[in-house]
Amino acid sequence: MKTYYNPDDLAKFGKIGEFGGKDLAKKFFDYYGETFKDGALTEREKSLIALAVAHTMQCPYCIDAYTSDTLAKGCTEDEMMEAVHVSAAMAAGVKLVHSVQMINKAKELMM
Amino acid sequence: MNPVKSLKAQKSQLGESAFQLKVLNDKELLGNDLPLFQDKLKEINLYPLKPTKLEIFQINVGKMCNQVCKHCHVDAGPDRKEIMTRETMQQCVDIIAKYKFKTLDLTGGAPEMNNNFRWFIEEIRKVDADINIIVRCNLTIILANPKYHDLPDFFKKHKIEVISSLPATSASRTDSQRGDGVFEDSIKALQMLNDVGYGMEGSGFTLNLVYNPAGAFLPAGQVGLEKEFKRVLKTKFNIEFNSLFAITNVPISRYLDYLLVSGNYAAYMEKLVAAYNPVATVNVMCRNTLSIGWDGYLYDCDFNQMLELKVAAKSKHISEFDYEELSNRSIIVNQHCYGCTAGLGSSCGGEVA
Repeated sequence: MKTYYNPDDLAKFGKIGEFGGKDLAKKFFDYYGETFKDGALTEREKSLIALAVAHTMQCPYCIDAYTSDTLAKGCTEDEMMEAVHVSAAMAAGVKLVHSVQMINKAKELMM
Repeated sequence: MNPVKSLKAQKSQLGESAFQLKVLNDKELLGNDLPLFQDKLKEINLYPLKPTKLEIFQINVGKMCNQVCKHCHVDAGPDRKEIMTRETMQQCVDIIAKYKFKTLDLTGGAPEMNNNFRWFIEEIRKVDADINIIVRCNLTIILANPKYHDLPDFFKKHKIEVISSLPATSASRTDSQRGDGVFEDSIKALQMLNDVGYGMEGSGFTLNLVYNPAGAFLPAGQVGLEKEFKRVLKTKFNIEFNSLFAITNVPISRYLDYLLVSGNYAAYMEKLVAAYNPVATVNVMCRNTLSIGWDGYLYDCDFNQMLELKVAAKSKHISEFDYEELSNRSIIVNQHCYGCTAGLGSSCGGEVA
Protein backbone atom coordinates (compact mmCIF):
# COMPACT_ATOMS: atom_id res chain seq x y z
CA MET A 1 0.00 0.00 0.00
CA LYS A 2 1.37 3.42 -0.90
CA THR A 3 1.48 6.01 1.85
CA TYR A 4 2.74 9.55 2.07
CA TYR A 5 5.22 8.51 4.76
CA ASN A 6 7.94 6.00 3.86
CA PRO A 7 10.40 4.89 6.59
CA ASP A 8 13.16 4.68 3.97
CA ASP A 9 12.84 8.42 3.37
CA LEU A 10 14.34 9.22 6.78
CA ALA A 11 17.77 8.17 5.50
CA LYS A 12 17.35 10.60 2.57
CA PHE A 13 16.86 13.62 4.83
CA GLY A 14 20.53 14.54 4.74
CA LYS A 15 20.43 14.75 0.95
CA ILE A 16 17.67 17.34 0.53
CA GLY A 17 20.30 19.87 -0.57
CA GLU A 18 20.97 17.83 -3.71
CA PHE A 19 17.55 18.85 -5.08
CA GLY A 20 18.15 22.56 -4.56
CA GLY A 21 19.01 25.15 -1.95
CA LYS A 22 22.30 23.43 -1.18
CA ASP A 23 23.70 26.32 0.87
CA LEU A 24 20.54 26.66 2.92
CA ALA A 25 20.49 22.91 3.59
CA LYS A 26 24.10 23.04 4.72
CA LYS A 27 23.34 25.95 7.05
CA PHE A 28 20.39 24.08 8.49
CA PHE A 29 22.32 20.83 9.08
CA ASP A 30 25.27 22.70 10.61
CA TYR A 31 22.89 24.52 12.94
CA TYR A 32 21.04 21.29 13.71
CA GLY A 33 24.27 19.45 14.50
CA GLU A 34 25.57 22.27 16.67
CA THR A 35 22.29 22.52 18.59
CA PHE A 36 22.38 18.89 19.67
CA LYS A 37 25.94 18.99 20.99
CA ASP A 38 26.69 18.97 24.71
CA GLY A 39 26.25 22.47 26.11
CA ALA A 40 24.41 23.80 29.13
CA LEU A 41 22.22 20.74 28.49
CA THR A 42 23.71 17.33 27.82
CA GLU A 43 23.24 15.54 24.50
CA ARG A 44 21.12 13.05 26.40
CA GLU A 45 18.78 15.74 27.79
CA LYS A 46 18.48 17.32 24.35
CA SER A 47 17.58 13.96 22.85
CA LEU A 48 14.75 13.53 25.37
CA ILE A 49 13.47 17.04 24.58
CA ALA A 50 13.58 16.16 20.87
CA LEU A 51 11.62 12.97 21.56
CA ALA A 52 8.93 15.02 23.31
CA VAL A 53 8.84 17.56 20.48
CA ALA A 54 8.64 14.73 17.93
CA HIS A 55 5.39 13.64 19.59
CA THR A 56 4.08 17.18 19.85
CA MET A 57 4.71 17.67 16.13
CA GLN A 58 3.47 14.11 15.44
CA CYS A 59 6.38 13.58 13.05
CA PRO A 60 6.89 9.84 12.37
CA TYR A 61 10.40 10.43 11.05
CA CYS A 62 11.39 12.23 14.24
CA ILE A 63 9.72 9.65 16.49
CA ASP A 64 11.70 6.93 14.69
CA ALA A 65 14.95 8.90 14.88
CA TYR A 66 14.69 10.03 18.50
CA THR A 67 13.47 6.69 19.81
CA SER A 68 16.68 5.19 18.43
CA ASP A 69 18.74 8.15 19.65
CA THR A 70 17.41 8.13 23.22
CA LEU A 71 17.92 4.35 23.41
CA ALA A 72 21.46 4.74 22.10
CA LYS A 73 22.13 7.40 24.73
CA GLY A 74 21.08 4.98 27.45
CA CYS A 75 17.73 6.59 28.34
CA THR A 76 15.40 4.30 30.24
CA GLU A 77 11.87 3.37 29.22
CA ASP A 78 10.56 5.51 32.12
CA GLU A 79 12.53 8.56 30.96
CA MET A 80 11.31 8.18 27.37
CA MET A 81 7.70 7.71 28.41
CA GLU A 82 7.84 10.64 30.84
CA ALA A 83 9.15 12.84 28.01
CA VAL A 84 6.12 11.85 25.93
CA HIS A 85 3.84 12.59 28.91
CA VAL A 86 5.37 16.07 29.08
CA SER A 87 4.40 16.47 25.44
CA ALA A 88 0.89 15.14 26.12
CA ALA A 89 0.42 17.24 29.26
CA MET A 90 1.55 20.36 27.42
CA ALA A 91 -0.86 19.62 24.57
CA ALA A 92 -3.71 19.13 27.06
CA GLY A 93 -2.66 22.23 28.97
CA VAL A 94 -2.58 24.30 25.81
CA LYS A 95 -6.19 23.31 25.15
CA LEU A 96 -7.36 23.75 28.72
CA VAL A 97 -5.76 27.14 29.29
CA HIS A 98 -7.91 28.41 26.42
CA SER A 99 -10.93 27.50 28.48
CA VAL A 100 -10.19 30.69 30.43
CA GLN A 101 -11.05 32.57 27.26
CA MET A 102 -14.23 30.53 26.94
CA ILE A 103 -15.10 31.19 30.60
CA ASN A 104 -14.43 34.94 30.19
CA LYS A 105 -16.62 35.11 27.09
CA ALA A 106 -19.36 32.99 28.67
CA LYS A 107 -19.43 35.23 31.75
CA GLU A 108 -19.67 38.24 29.48
CA LEU A 109 -22.70 36.77 27.70
CA MET A 110 -24.51 35.05 30.56
CA MET A 111 -26.94 36.72 32.91
CA MET B 1 13.07 -14.28 27.45
CA ASN B 2 16.68 -15.29 26.89
CA PRO B 3 17.58 -18.49 25.08
CA VAL B 4 18.48 -21.30 27.45
CA LYS B 5 20.65 -23.09 24.91
CA SER B 6 23.33 -21.96 22.49
CA LEU B 7 22.49 -21.88 18.79
CA LYS B 8 24.83 -24.82 18.37
CA ALA B 9 22.95 -26.91 20.96
CA GLN B 10 19.67 -25.95 19.29
CA LYS B 11 21.20 -27.18 16.02
CA SER B 12 20.28 -23.83 14.47
CA GLN B 13 21.73 -23.09 11.04
CA LEU B 14 23.06 -19.84 12.47
CA GLY B 15 25.27 -21.88 14.77
CA GLU B 16 27.33 -22.61 11.66
CA SER B 17 29.84 -19.96 10.61
CA ALA B 18 29.47 -20.72 6.89
CA PHE B 19 25.74 -20.04 7.09
CA GLN B 20 26.35 -16.74 8.91
CA LEU B 21 28.69 -15.62 6.12
CA LYS B 22 26.06 -16.61 3.57
CA VAL B 23 23.45 -14.50 5.36
CA LEU B 24 25.82 -11.54 5.57
CA ASN B 25 26.24 -11.61 1.81
CA ASP B 26 22.65 -12.42 0.88
CA LYS B 27 21.43 -9.47 -1.20
CA GLU B 28 17.85 -10.73 -1.29
CA LEU B 29 17.68 -10.83 2.49
CA LEU B 30 19.05 -7.31 2.72
CA GLY B 31 16.65 -6.02 0.07
CA ASN B 32 19.40 -3.62 -0.86
CA ASP B 33 22.74 -3.78 -2.61
CA LEU B 34 25.06 -2.78 0.23
CA PRO B 35 28.62 -1.89 -0.77
CA LEU B 36 31.25 -4.52 -0.04
CA PHE B 37 33.39 -3.68 2.98
CA GLN B 38 36.52 -4.41 0.98
CA ASP B 39 35.46 -1.77 -1.59
CA LYS B 40 35.24 0.77 1.23
CA LEU B 41 38.82 -0.13 2.13
CA LYS B 42 39.88 0.30 -1.51
CA GLU B 43 38.42 3.83 -1.52
CA ILE B 44 40.87 4.84 1.21
CA ASN B 45 43.79 2.75 -0.08
CA LEU B 46 43.64 0.34 2.85
CA TYR B 47 42.98 -2.85 0.90
CA PRO B 48 44.35 -5.36 1.62
CA LEU B 49 44.17 -4.37 5.27
CA LYS B 50 47.53 -4.83 6.97
CA PRO B 51 48.51 -4.92 10.65
CA THR B 52 50.24 -1.88 12.13
CA LYS B 53 52.03 -3.40 15.13
CA LEU B 54 51.22 -6.57 17.02
CA GLU B 55 50.53 -5.20 20.51
CA ILE B 56 47.51 -7.08 21.84
CA PHE B 57 47.39 -10.81 22.27
CA GLN B 58 43.73 -11.72 22.75
CA ILE B 59 43.09 -15.25 23.92
CA ASN B 60 39.68 -16.85 24.00
CA VAL B 61 40.11 -19.57 26.62
CA GLY B 62 36.77 -21.20 25.92
CA LYS B 63 33.13 -20.91 24.97
CA MET B 64 31.79 -22.17 28.28
CA CYS B 65 29.78 -19.53 30.16
CA ASN B 66 27.29 -19.34 33.01
CA GLN B 67 25.17 -16.89 30.97
CA VAL B 68 23.37 -17.19 27.64
CA CYS B 69 23.22 -13.58 26.44
CA LYS B 70 20.97 -12.79 23.49
CA HIS B 71 23.65 -10.84 21.65
CA CYS B 72 26.65 -13.15 22.28
CA HIS B 73 28.91 -13.32 19.22
CA VAL B 74 30.62 -16.40 20.68
CA ASP B 75 27.35 -18.35 21.05
CA ALA B 76 28.65 -19.13 24.52
CA GLY B 77 26.74 -20.88 27.29
CA PRO B 78 26.77 -23.68 29.84
CA ASP B 79 26.32 -26.23 27.04
CA ARG B 80 29.52 -25.21 25.24
CA LYS B 81 32.35 -27.51 26.24
CA GLU B 82 35.11 -26.14 24.00
CA ILE B 83 37.80 -24.84 26.35
CA MET B 84 41.53 -24.30 26.02
CA THR B 85 43.79 -27.07 27.35
CA ARG B 86 46.80 -26.50 29.60
CA GLU B 87 49.06 -27.57 26.72
CA THR B 88 47.73 -24.83 24.44
CA MET B 89 47.97 -22.33 27.29
CA GLN B 90 51.62 -23.29 27.76
CA GLN B 91 52.23 -22.63 24.06
CA CYS B 92 50.67 -19.17 24.55
CA VAL B 93 52.87 -18.54 27.62
CA ASP B 94 55.97 -19.43 25.59
CA ILE B 95 55.03 -16.93 22.86
CA ILE B 96 54.27 -14.22 25.43
CA ALA B 97 57.67 -14.84 27.08
CA LYS B 98 59.43 -14.52 23.74
CA TYR B 99 57.71 -11.49 22.21
CA LYS B 100 56.67 -9.28 25.17
CA PHE B 101 53.31 -7.94 24.03
CA LYS B 102 51.87 -4.77 25.52
CA THR B 103 48.53 -6.34 26.46
CA LEU B 104 47.14 -9.78 27.06
CA ASP B 105 43.36 -9.81 26.73
CA LEU B 106 41.61 -12.90 28.13
CA THR B 107 38.09 -13.55 27.02
CA GLY B 108 35.54 -16.35 26.64
CA GLY B 109 32.76 -17.46 27.46
CA ALA B 110 33.48 -16.86 31.07
CA PRO B 111 37.27 -17.29 31.12
CA GLU B 112 37.21 -18.05 34.85
CA MET B 113 35.28 -21.28 34.15
CA ASN B 114 38.32 -22.82 32.51
CA ASN B 115 39.87 -24.97 35.27
CA ASN B 116 43.35 -23.81 34.23
CA PHE B 117 42.47 -20.12 34.28
CA ARG B 118 44.33 -19.25 37.49
CA TRP B 119 47.32 -21.42 36.59
CA PHE B 120 47.48 -19.68 33.21
CA ILE B 121 47.60 -16.20 34.76
CA GLU B 122 50.22 -17.24 37.31
CA GLU B 123 52.40 -18.66 34.52
CA ILE B 124 52.04 -15.52 32.43
CA ARG B 125 53.02 -13.33 35.38
CA LYS B 126 56.14 -15.49 35.88
CA VAL B 127 57.37 -14.79 32.35
CA ASP B 128 56.15 -11.18 32.03
CA ALA B 129 55.61 -9.14 35.16
CA ASP B 130 54.74 -5.99 33.22
CA ILE B 131 52.28 -7.12 30.57
CA ASN B 132 48.85 -5.55 31.05
CA ILE B 133 46.54 -8.50 31.62
CA ILE B 134 42.87 -7.88 30.92
CA VAL B 135 40.17 -10.30 32.02
CA ARG B 136 36.76 -9.86 30.42
CA CYS B 137 34.72 -10.85 33.44
CA ASN B 138 30.95 -11.14 33.03
CA LEU B 139 30.52 -10.21 36.74
CA THR B 140 27.87 -12.82 37.59
CA ILE B 141 30.52 -15.56 37.57
CA ILE B 142 31.90 -14.06 40.80
CA LEU B 143 28.62 -14.98 42.52
CA ALA B 144 27.84 -18.14 40.56
CA ASN B 145 29.66 -20.51 42.90
CA PRO B 146 31.57 -20.10 46.20
CA LYS B 147 34.77 -21.16 44.42
CA TYR B 148 34.61 -17.91 42.44
CA HIS B 149 33.88 -15.56 45.37
CA ASP B 150 37.57 -14.74 45.82
CA LEU B 151 38.09 -13.69 42.18
CA PRO B 152 38.33 -9.98 43.08
CA ASP B 153 41.29 -10.77 45.38
CA PHE B 154 42.86 -13.03 42.75
CA PHE B 155 42.54 -10.29 40.12
CA LYS B 156 44.08 -7.80 42.53
CA LYS B 157 46.98 -10.08 43.44
CA HIS B 158 47.96 -10.39 39.77
CA LYS B 159 47.33 -6.72 38.90
CA ILE B 160 44.67 -7.59 36.36
CA GLU B 161 42.55 -5.02 34.55
CA VAL B 162 38.91 -6.06 34.80
CA ILE B 163 36.56 -5.25 31.92
CA SER B 164 32.91 -6.10 32.43
CA SER B 165 29.74 -5.75 30.42
CA LEU B 166 26.82 -3.73 31.66
CA PRO B 167 24.48 -2.67 28.86
CA ALA B 168 22.25 -0.45 31.00
CA THR B 169 21.79 1.06 34.41
CA SER B 170 18.37 -0.54 34.67
CA ALA B 171 17.53 -4.16 35.51
CA SER B 172 14.91 -4.53 32.78
CA ARG B 173 17.16 -3.61 29.89
CA THR B 174 20.21 -5.45 31.25
CA ASP B 175 18.22 -8.63 31.90
CA SER B 176 16.56 -8.44 28.48
CA GLN B 177 20.00 -8.85 26.93
CA ARG B 178 21.90 -10.90 29.49
CA GLY B 179 19.25 -12.99 31.28
CA ASP B 180 16.96 -12.80 34.29
CA GLY B 181 18.65 -11.65 37.49
CA VAL B 182 21.90 -10.67 35.76
CA PHE B 183 21.60 -6.99 36.66
CA GLU B 184 21.16 -7.67 40.36
CA ASP B 185 24.14 -10.04 40.47
CA SER B 186 26.25 -7.69 38.35
CA ILE B 187 25.62 -4.87 40.82
CA LYS B 188 26.65 -7.11 43.74
CA ALA B 189 29.80 -8.19 41.88
CA LEU B 190 30.72 -4.59 41.06
CA GLN B 191 30.35 -3.72 44.75
CA MET B 192 32.65 -6.66 45.63
CA LEU B 193 35.22 -5.38 43.13
CA ASN B 194 34.94 -1.87 44.59
CA ASP B 195 35.41 -3.30 48.09
CA VAL B 196 38.89 -4.56 47.21
CA GLY B 197 39.78 -1.30 45.45
CA TYR B 198 38.81 -1.93 41.83
CA GLY B 199 37.55 1.20 40.12
CA MET B 200 38.40 3.38 43.10
CA GLU B 201 40.32 6.57 42.37
CA GLY B 202 44.01 6.31 43.19
CA SER B 203 43.93 2.55 43.86
CA GLY B 204 45.68 1.63 40.62
CA PHE B 205 43.23 -1.23 40.07
CA THR B 206 41.29 -0.65 36.88
CA LEU B 207 37.66 -1.59 36.44
CA ASN B 208 36.21 -0.65 33.06
CA LEU B 209 32.69 -1.23 31.86
CA VAL B 210 31.50 -2.18 28.41
CA TYR B 211 28.24 -0.85 27.04
CA ASN B 212 26.72 -2.52 24.05
CA PRO B 213 23.20 -1.71 23.01
CA ALA B 214 20.44 -4.02 24.20
CA GLY B 215 18.62 -3.89 20.87
CA ALA B 216 18.93 -3.08 17.19
CA PHE B 217 20.51 0.34 17.55
CA LEU B 218 24.02 1.77 17.55
CA PRO B 219 25.69 3.14 20.67
CA ALA B 220 25.83 6.89 21.26
CA GLY B 221 29.12 8.62 22.09
CA GLN B 222 30.88 6.93 24.99
CA VAL B 223 31.75 10.17 26.80
CA GLY B 224 28.09 10.98 27.42
CA LEU B 225 27.24 7.38 28.27
CA GLU B 226 30.13 7.16 30.74
CA LYS B 227 28.97 10.32 32.49
CA GLU B 228 25.44 8.97 32.85
CA PHE B 229 26.55 5.50 33.98
CA LYS B 230 28.85 7.06 36.58
CA ARG B 231 26.07 9.30 37.88
CA VAL B 232 23.46 6.56 38.14
CA LEU B 233 25.70 3.79 39.49
CA LYS B 234 27.15 6.12 42.13
CA THR B 235 23.85 7.57 43.32
CA LYS B 236 21.82 4.37 43.22
CA PHE B 237 24.38 1.72 44.18
CA ASN B 238 27.48 3.59 45.40
CA ILE B 239 29.49 1.94 42.61
CA GLU B 240 32.58 3.47 41.02
CA PHE B 241 34.44 2.49 37.86
CA ASN B 242 37.18 3.95 35.67
CA SER B 243 36.00 4.14 32.05
CA LEU B 244 33.10 3.02 29.94
CA PHE B 245 33.72 1.56 26.48
CA ALA B 246 30.87 1.78 23.98
CA ILE B 247 30.91 -1.22 21.67
CA THR B 248 28.75 -1.76 18.60
CA ASN B 249 27.10 -5.16 18.27
CA VAL B 250 28.62 -6.99 15.32
CA PRO B 251 26.01 -8.84 13.24
CA ILE B 252 27.15 -12.43 13.70
CA SER B 253 26.04 -15.46 15.70
CA ARG B 254 23.32 -14.84 18.31
CA TYR B 255 23.08 -11.12 17.57
CA LEU B 256 22.55 -11.94 13.90
CA ASP B 257 19.90 -14.44 14.96
CA TYR B 258 18.21 -11.73 17.06
CA LEU B 259 18.29 -9.28 14.14
CA LEU B 260 16.74 -11.81 11.77
CA VAL B 261 14.05 -13.03 14.18
CA SER B 262 13.07 -9.48 15.22
CA GLY B 263 12.93 -8.27 11.60
CA ASN B 264 15.68 -5.70 12.17
CA TYR B 265 18.45 -7.24 10.07
CA ALA B 266 18.25 -5.17 6.86
CA ALA B 267 17.68 -1.89 8.70
CA TYR B 268 20.58 -2.58 11.09
CA MET B 269 22.99 -3.33 8.23
CA GLU B 270 21.88 -0.13 6.51
CA LYS B 271 22.52 1.81 9.72
CA LEU B 272 26.02 0.35 9.98
CA VAL B 273 26.84 1.17 6.37
CA ALA B 274 25.35 4.67 6.62
CA ALA B 275 27.48 5.31 9.72
CA TYR B 276 30.69 4.01 8.08
CA ASN B 277 33.60 6.17 9.18
CA PRO B 278 36.93 6.01 7.31
CA VAL B 279 38.78 7.46 10.32
CA ALA B 280 37.55 4.61 12.51
CA THR B 281 38.61 2.18 9.78
CA VAL B 282 42.23 3.29 9.99
CA ASN B 283 42.25 2.42 13.70
CA VAL B 284 40.36 -0.89 13.70
CA MET B 285 41.57 -3.25 16.44
CA CYS B 286 42.51 -6.12 14.12
CA ARG B 287 45.49 -4.01 13.01
CA ASN B 288 47.26 -4.34 16.37
CA THR B 289 45.61 -7.49 17.75
CA LEU B 290 45.99 -11.19 17.23
CA SER B 291 43.20 -13.46 18.40
CA ILE B 292 43.84 -17.00 19.59
CA GLY B 293 41.03 -19.55 19.73
CA TRP B 294 40.42 -22.16 22.43
CA ASP B 295 42.08 -24.77 20.22
CA GLY B 296 45.16 -22.62 19.49
CA TYR B 297 44.21 -21.44 16.02
CA LEU B 298 45.00 -17.84 15.10
CA TYR B 299 42.56 -15.22 13.87
CA ASP B 300 42.52 -11.50 13.06
CA CYS B 301 39.93 -10.78 15.76
CA ASP B 302 37.42 -12.49 18.05
CA PHE B 303 34.67 -12.00 15.43
CA ASN B 304 36.68 -13.66 12.66
CA GLN B 305 37.42 -16.40 15.17
CA MET B 306 33.71 -17.09 15.63
CA LEU B 307 33.25 -17.07 11.85
CA GLU B 308 36.14 -19.56 11.65
CA LEU B 309 38.13 -17.29 9.33
CA LYS B 310 41.67 -18.30 10.25
CA VAL B 311 44.52 -15.88 9.54
CA ALA B 312 45.72 -15.66 5.95
CA ALA B 313 49.19 -16.94 6.79
CA LYS B 314 51.06 -20.22 6.80
CA SER B 315 51.33 -20.08 10.58
CA LYS B 316 47.70 -20.68 11.45
CA HIS B 317 48.26 -22.21 14.88
CA ILE B 318 50.01 -21.04 18.04
CA SER B 319 52.35 -24.03 17.73
CA GLU B 320 53.69 -22.62 14.46
CA PHE B 321 53.72 -18.93 15.50
CA ASP B 322 55.75 -16.83 13.07
CA TYR B 323 55.90 -13.20 14.26
CA GLU B 324 57.26 -11.77 11.01
CA GLU B 325 54.80 -13.55 8.78
CA LEU B 326 51.83 -12.70 11.02
CA SER B 327 52.90 -9.04 11.17
CA ASN B 328 52.72 -8.85 7.40
CA ARG B 329 49.59 -10.89 6.77
CA SER B 330 46.50 -9.51 5.04
CA ILE B 331 43.58 -9.21 7.44
CA ILE B 332 40.44 -11.04 6.33
CA VAL B 333 37.43 -8.75 5.99
CA ASN B 334 33.76 -9.36 5.28
CA GLN B 335 30.45 -7.52 5.69
CA HIS B 336 30.43 -7.93 9.50
CA CYS B 337 33.44 -5.58 9.63
CA TYR B 338 31.04 -2.64 9.24
CA GLY B 339 30.31 -3.25 12.94
CA CYS B 340 33.77 -1.94 13.87
CA THR B 341 33.76 1.10 11.59
CA ALA B 342 30.37 2.69 12.31
CA GLY B 343 30.24 6.13 13.89
CA LEU B 344 33.15 6.63 16.23
CA GLY B 345 34.22 3.05 15.60
CA SER B 346 34.19 0.08 17.90
CA SER B 347 36.81 -2.19 19.39
CA CYS B 348 37.27 -4.25 22.52
CA GLY B 349 38.48 -0.96 24.01
CA GLY B 350 35.50 1.06 22.81
CA GLU B 351 35.60 3.95 20.30
CA VAL B 352 38.61 4.29 18.02
CA ALA B 353 37.99 7.55 16.11
